[in-house]
Amino acid sequence: MRRGNKRAGQGGGAAVGADRRGNAGSAATAVMLAAVLAALVGAAVYFFVFGNWNPPPAITPIGRDVDAQYRLTLIVTGVAFILAQLGLAFAILRYRDRGTRARYSHGNGKLELIWTFAAAVIFLGLGFVGYRAWSAVRLVPPLPGAIRIEVVTSQFVYNFRYPGPDGKFGRTDPKRISPSTGNPLGIDPNDPAGRDDIVVPTLTVPVNHQIDLLIHSQDVIHSFFVRELRLQQDAVPGLSVPLHFTPEKIGRYDIICTQLCGLGHYRMHSYLDVVSESDYENFIRQQEQFSQQAGGQ
Amino acid sequence: MNAGAEASPSTQAARPHAAGGPAGFVRKYIFSTDHKVIGIQYYLLALAAVIIGVALSMLMRLHLAWPALHFPFVSGGVMRPEQYESLMTMHGTLMVFFVLTTAPQAGFGNYFLPIQIGAPDMAFPRLNLLSFWIIFLAFACMVSAFFVPGGAPLSGWTAYAPLGSLGQVTGPGEGLGQTMWLVSIGLFCVATLLSSVNFISTTIDMRAPGMRLFHMPLTVWSWFVTAILSLLSFAVLLAAIVMMLLDRLAATSFFVPAGTVVSGQLQAHGGGSPLLWQHLFWFFGHPEVYIAILPGMGVTSHLLSTFSRKPLFGYKAMVWATCAIGFLGFLVWGHHMFVSGMSPYSAFAFSLFTLAIAVPSTVETFNWLGTLWGGKIQFTTAMLFSLAFVSLFVTGGLSGLFLAQPVVDNMLHATYYVVAHFHLIMAMAGVFALFAATYFWFPKMFGRMMNETLGKLHFWLTFAGAYLIFFPMHFVGLAGGIRRYAQFTAFGYLSRLQPLQVFMTWVALVTAAAQFLFLWNFFWSLRHGEKAARNPWRATTLEWTTVSPPPHDNFAGEYPRVYRGPYEFSVPGAPEDFVLQSAPQEVSG
Repeated sequence: MRRGNKRAGQGGGAAVGADRRGNAGSAATAVMLAAVLAALVGAAVYFFVFGNWNPPPAITPIGRDVDAQYRLTLIVTGVAFILAQLGLAFAILRYRDRGTRARYSHGNGKLELIWTFAAAVIFLGLGFVGYRAWSAVRLVPPLPGAIRIEVVTSQFVYNFRYPGPDGKFGRTDPKRISPSTGNPLGIDPNDPAGRDDIVVPTLTVPVNHQIDLLIHSQDVIHSFFVRELRLQQDAVPGLSVPLHFTPEKIGRYDIICTQLCGLGHYRMHSYLDVVSESDYENFIRQQEQFSQQAGGQ
Repeated sequence: MNAGAEASPSTQAARPHAAGGPAGFVRKYIFSTDHKVIGIQYYLLALAAVIIGVALSMLMRLHLAWPALHFPFVSGGVMRPEQYESLMTMHGTLMVFFVLTTAPQAGFGNYFLPIQIGAPDMAFPRLNLLSFWIIFLAFACMVSAFFVPGGAPLSGWTAYAPLGSLGQVTGPGEGLGQTMWLVSIGLFCVATLLSSVNFISTTIDMRAPGMRLFHMPLTVWSWFVTAILSLLSFAVLLAAIVMMLLDRLAATSFFVPAGTVVSGQLQAHGGGSPLLWQHLFWFFGHPEVYIAILPGMGVTSHLLSTFSRKPLFGYKAMVWATCAIGFLGFLVWGHHMFVSGMSPYSAFAFSLFTLAIAVPSTVETFNWLGTLWGGKIQFTTAMLFSLAFVSLFVTGGLSGLFLAQPVVDNMLHATYYVVAHFHLIMAMAGVFALFAATYFWFPKMFGRMMNETLGKLHFWLTFAGAYLIFFPMHFVGLAGGIRRYAQFTAFGYLSRLQPLQVFMTWVALVTAAAQFLFLWNFFWSLRHGEKAARNPWRATTLEWTTVSPPPHDNFAGEYPRVYRGPYEFSVPGAPEDFVLQSAPQEVSG
């Protein structure tokens, strides 16, 4: 194992090293690497600015706030991205080994301070700007007249519960959960508040009216995500998490699960139907008739 | 100023290491206490894990691009969703734990930390041996999960409760497979805790005379800080793992609330909290990201300086930035939980601390550019990978600023945007640093050079591949493509993303194939590479003062004394453009 025990000298390995470094500062390599970085910048800018990959337009004021914060972040990080990648490309081109000696310098304390503070102001500032939108989503309580709907998830299905004419959700009991007999939420039949509750597999809401969801799960963690709302919230067993929004555009939107919940995760899906005021009244009336018929039997 | 270190040469002479080392094959190569052998063992273990991990990702990519594709080894031919979820779980677990935690720290750190500080071995060689064999056991346990009834677990590398804690009822693979996953990760925690104690003690106690803390190479600093992070974070994960095992095997209810009903069966649990698991897991999980990447950042600093022939720009700022990233890394775990149902007020704090990490990360990036500025850049394969690391670090780091803000996270959480982010910053940057380290240190480890032509070809294909696979994932995510979906066919808008999935799969296949160039180069060079001298790269740190490969005690009894900092390149007046840390004062003139 021991090959020679002489004291390690300064020039150890110079012979092998010298020819290895023969084309070490190759101009071709420098140009190619700089070109790849420039192409990366070009492609990134092109696809982020002109690419057709943005989510569909937001349908809530909060959604538009999220978009504004996303765009601001895109601009700030975009400028940093372009400067850093092109700076790297420039250094590679300009300072490739041309046979001259490198500059002997251990740094520059003043520059160090400048970019530390600049980064702190820009990045922390970005966070402060975004808090208004977060507060509007999560900290401001819902309006008194908001329509309350319960979102209940279980492996690979969504159920939505409306309180019915009495405006109250009936008591539920996990022991009574029985999707096959038409009681997927385990509503207790002995509680009068529950008799008029409506349970449906899709979420229908009136346009321009605040909706106040209460989200929870019966088994594992799922989630409630609608791209057009720019809102995402996990549905957690043992927790009921509120989430409110005011949709402004009639249409059918996908509700999808974003939290790994088992083998059917990829197909756990429902619809958010935003309908006109009158269509919503029709929908509720119809559902009430169904539940009365079911209750009467 | 460093009494402990001053005393070390004489005490070291009395150690068994001064002798030639064990003679038998088993004691020398299998149950060795030599940190270099153990380092190589970790490296080869990580290599095995990464080969399996990449193979799993290829199967996933094939299935995502062509969901109806028949696989010869799947009963029925077409991959079932639960099988996809198992591949995804095992891919993530193998890569995060057995590759990105194992190779940079336990592999290269084990081999080079003692040599770079001028020590004959780690502080606790037997503990080192024990740590490796526990990790080996953990690896064997993890891989066997594929072969138990029900197959491998499907709850992801995060094993969120209650999916991960209720047993078979939540899905195939959640029975014995998930239990083995937990046992394996528990063993991994124990081994990593032992190993981190070893790293910390070695760095504090075993430094050569003159090796002041601020003379340590950035690599040593990053291994040291990483060891502290490991000690503090894996302890918490171990506790969480034990709690989940108890939930599964002893009917406790740490993570399962009352009234949980799975498939119509009321579970006999009550009083637990699924969010408790997430808090414990991410208290480990976020520092884990830095455990994976800090050593890579250290290697990048080290190599950029060496191949720019220029002192590292702002050495002390780099040390403080490394420490700051490590410290802040413990205050940000909640950014993984913005939409989890955690109090929305806490999002303010977690978000600010997360954005604050961008500050030391920016300092590192600017200092890397500052190191190149005015340098004399030599495009060795190792340097190419380090330069690419800087590019990937910038790209993957900046996308983190979106996810750090709860309001933006609202639309990007759990989408492919996140997959793009962590693959660029952790997986790709991490692996590029591993490649750089391999091309750089191979001559020292095995006494032979790797082939530079093959190395460069490998670099170009891998660099192009890294961006072409992972950059489009940002757009998949923006468009609403959700991670961990077994197929993108189940409902309407996802089918629009299919062409991108096909594109990424083709690039991934080519890029994975290009890794055979690396494997060929590695194993061919072991036997046939050009013989390496002591210091083929004309570098400055202590490992280059000894023969390649180093003898059992690293320095053949002549322990170095350190006279200066680690990056003295292009010193005016010096005869060469580098001055070794151990060169006596007069040489530098």
